[in-house]
Amino acid sequence: MSTATARSNLGNTIAAHAILITWTVIALFPVFVILINSLKTRKAIFREPLALPNAESFSLVGYQTVAKQGDFFLYFQNSMIVTVVSLTFILLFGAMAAFALSEYRFRGNSLMGLYLALGIMIPIRIGTVAILEMMVATGLVNTLTALILVYTAQGLPLAVFILSEFMRQVSEDLKNAGRIDGLSEYAIFFRLVLPLVRPAMATVAVFNMIPIWNDLWFPLILAPGEETKTLTLGSQVFIGQFVTDWNAVLSALSLAILPALVLYLIFSRQLIRGITSGAVK
Amino acid sequence: MTALKLTDVCKTFGTTEVLKNISLEVEDGEFVVFVGPSGCGKSTLLRVIAGLEDATSGAVEIAGDRVNNVAPAKRGIAMVFQSYALYPHLNVRDNMALALKQANESNSTIDERVTEASRMLSLDDYLTRRPAELSGGQRQRVAIGRAVVRHPKLFLFDEPLSNLDAALRMNTRMEIASLHRSLETSMVYVTHDQTEAMTLADKIVVLRDGRVEQIGAPMELYNNPANKFVAGFLGAPSMNFINAAGAVELGIRPENLNLSESGQLQGQVIHVEKLGGDTNIVVTLTTGETVTCRLFGQHDHRVGEQVTLGFDMNRAYLFDASGERIEPS
Repeated sequence: MSTATARSNLGNTIAAHAILITWTVIALFPVFVILINSLKTRKAIFREPLALPNAESFSLVGYQTVAKQGDFFLYFQNSMIVTVVSLTFILLFGAMAAFALSEYRFRGNSLMGLYLALGIMIPIRIGTVAILEMMVATGLVNTLTALILVYTAQGLPLAVFILSEFMRQVSEDLKNAGRIDGLSEYAIFFRLVLPLVRPAMATVAVFNMIPIWNDLWFPLILAPGEETKTLTLGSQVFIGQFVTDWNAVLSALSLAILPALVLYLIFSRQLIRGITSGAVK
Repeated sequence: MTALKLTDVCKTFGTTEVLKNISLEVEDGEFVVFVGPSGCGKSTLLRVIAGLEDATSGAVEIAGDRVNNVAPAKRGIAMVFQSYALYPHLNVRDNMALALKQANESNSTIDERVTEASRMLSLDDYLTRRPAELSGGQRQRVAIGRAVVRHPKLFLFDEPLSNLDAALRMNTRMEIASLHRSLETSMVYVTHDQTEAMTLADKIVVLRDGRVEQIGAPMELYNNPANKFVAGFLGAPSMNFINAAGAVELGIRPENLNLSESGQLQGQVIHVEKLGGDTNIVVTLTTGETVTCRLFGQHDHRVGEQVTLGFDMNRAYLFDASGERIEPS
């Protein structure tokens, strides 16, 4: 097999690793720069941006500013609530729609699938004004609900598209065995199908999580109030038109990486775990 | 009593007619095999019986009750699938117990039935394993066990042996046959393999293009096929067809052809299969047709050799242009 030859060929292995390592270094470099500079004094940041913090340049002033100014714990909490609830809704409703599209024959099935997938091609930001008007009319401005609704709508098309493809691959026999054993359609969905498409669910979760966590646009427009600020929006107070508190900005960004990292680790473990083998030949 | 009765069952998908007026009966305790080439509708028919598909028209009766509008789980059936379809997250015991739990059976009944099935199928050592940790043959036994614990009125098998290798297939075939003998429950078994049909069935239903071609006991169909399709489908190697006078075709089974100097057919050997127990020789006749001749025992024939084949007219079958059998008068 090709893997065997590739493995036996040392040159290939080294080349492959060299490429992967180079890519990793390039990808991680900005994160690394943010992290080291968040631990330095303002002068040190500008004098030697790439130097590691040492005894002289080490400073936690950025983190202190972040802790003092604004309510960062609240911003954190807001971001977390919006991201987690939106992801839950995207996965739940996306998977349910995907199941219906892949499992049941009904008139207009493929048309419905196309309609649901259309959102992938149309950026939701085009509708910002209309969304804002709608939120004003419903009194949802400056609530986390507004953000959750928008992000759920934004994430659903891709979720339905990816998940319905995966659900078509789940063995027909397995679902039928469940029906014969007396499982309800809900039980078949939650207990048989969902565990088998878990890797796809994790993919959808990761794809949606990062844009939601990092989004500045909708929090700024729909929920700029102090009570509902998300972390990304909250960090903006340190960036002024004329003066920017780089220590604080970098510290806030460093902190913002953490929860996203934790969520990512949770989902990526699901990506790897495969319990499907042996279900069907 | 009739375990299963189908009356004029039709099934259409859009404009495609998959099943056309199927009527048949399965007696209590009978082993019935649906056989036919792929795409003949045999699996769809099984799914209609199971309730996984709705019949477009016609009646499905199980043990005397019309079940057209009854959910699969409430029809008193159990089904074994080609791909095993075991629940990947449950161990062997729970796989077998699930249907009983869903039916709210008591724990003691569940234990008793699972123990009984696992003993019958020698699964005792594997009860705590997950499907992923079992071999193909073991998985198929679990799938059968899952059906057995339900004590159904009717077993449905959907090509259960297709995923097994040849040696295991023979073994499992015997297991299914002995299971049928000990349970004495009616079974409906779908396969495209005529050997399975011949060896397992009390009654064979030959299907083609969504229609029943013929129903009967294996030997009845073998010795007395109603048409050219049934004649050609059952038996391996399959029946030889030779153009006779006019539009009439003559069918003769390979074992009824023999080598004889005074035979009616001349030709050249193009292939020889030595199986030890018997020898198949494939001959191209002077008329251009190819026939297979099955000789018992071991014979030394070479490719290229000229041979003369003879047969007994009493053992030949005649078919008209539409493929229907012309009964000897």
